[in-house]
Amino acid sequence: MLTKETIYSKDASNKKIMVERVFDAPVETVWQAWTQSDLLDQWWAPKPWKANTKSMDFRNGGTWLYYMEGPDGTRHYCKVDYTSIVPNKSFSGFDGFCDESGKTLTDMPGMDWKIVFNGEGETTKVEVEITFASEADLNKIVEMGFKEGFAAAHSNLDELLAKK
Amino acid sequence: MRRDVFQAIADPTRRAILSLLALQAMTPNALADHFDSSRQAISKHIKILTECQLITHEQTGREIHYHFNSKKLKEVDKWLQQFREMWDTRFTQLDNLLKNTKNKRS
Repeated sequence: MLTKETIYSKDASNKKIMVERVFDAPVETVWQAWTQSDLLDQWWAPKPWKANTKSMDFRNGGTWLYYMEGPDGTRHYCKVDYTSIVPNKSFSGFDGFCDESGKTLTDMPGMDWKIVFNGEGETTKVEVEITFASEADLNKIVEMGFKEGFAAAHSNLDELLAKK
Repeated sequence: MRRDVFQAIADPTRRAILSLLALQAMTPNALADHFDSSRQAISKHIKILTECQLITHEQTGREIHYHFNSKKLKEVDKWLQQFREMWDTRFTQLDNLLKNTKNKRS
């Protein structure tokens, strides 16, 4: 399988990061993978972390509440508050850390998301735009967990690719 | 106001200053000669870059030379690199999921 190129660009003045990627599936299938919790749980967390949905209410004003579980059992509760949904086209939301009941932890970093889907027959281009509140938020996200996951993520990915 | 590196490199003049200093250390006057902006404006940019530790200065006699601090810029790169790795992993996982979905359908 050919690894698809992911395009990253940043707009530092607005603390924005854009990620663009093409997937080998029609837009309806890709849309489902990004918006249905049973599918999100299978790919959203970068290995070795695992995403587990507590509740999903995919509609304007609704929330996806889930936790990321690390290999040592560490749990980070996260949520996405959906602010705008246009089926098979785009959705926006606020992504932040929270407690078990979904209450936002205000001392933790948060970011705004906008995800746009462009179907092109059997492929779909997805554009992700992430806006961070501050550089401090960026740094905090790196300090937390994700960092420790990376080394392990690489070996996991290698394993996965070797199976092909 | 707290300065940060992302904000510092967002401005085109400040990026140009960094590009010049990456080639060689320069005095404030020599730097300002490269720009149409007033010396005051350039000196403000230098102040911001210094506050973010993207440039350092060295005093030789009466002359001040500004140096580019590449280490600080690498910190930004490092963060972006980690960010990329996270998304690359995530997207490979999504590729696999989509592939399995396709197989199930056909």
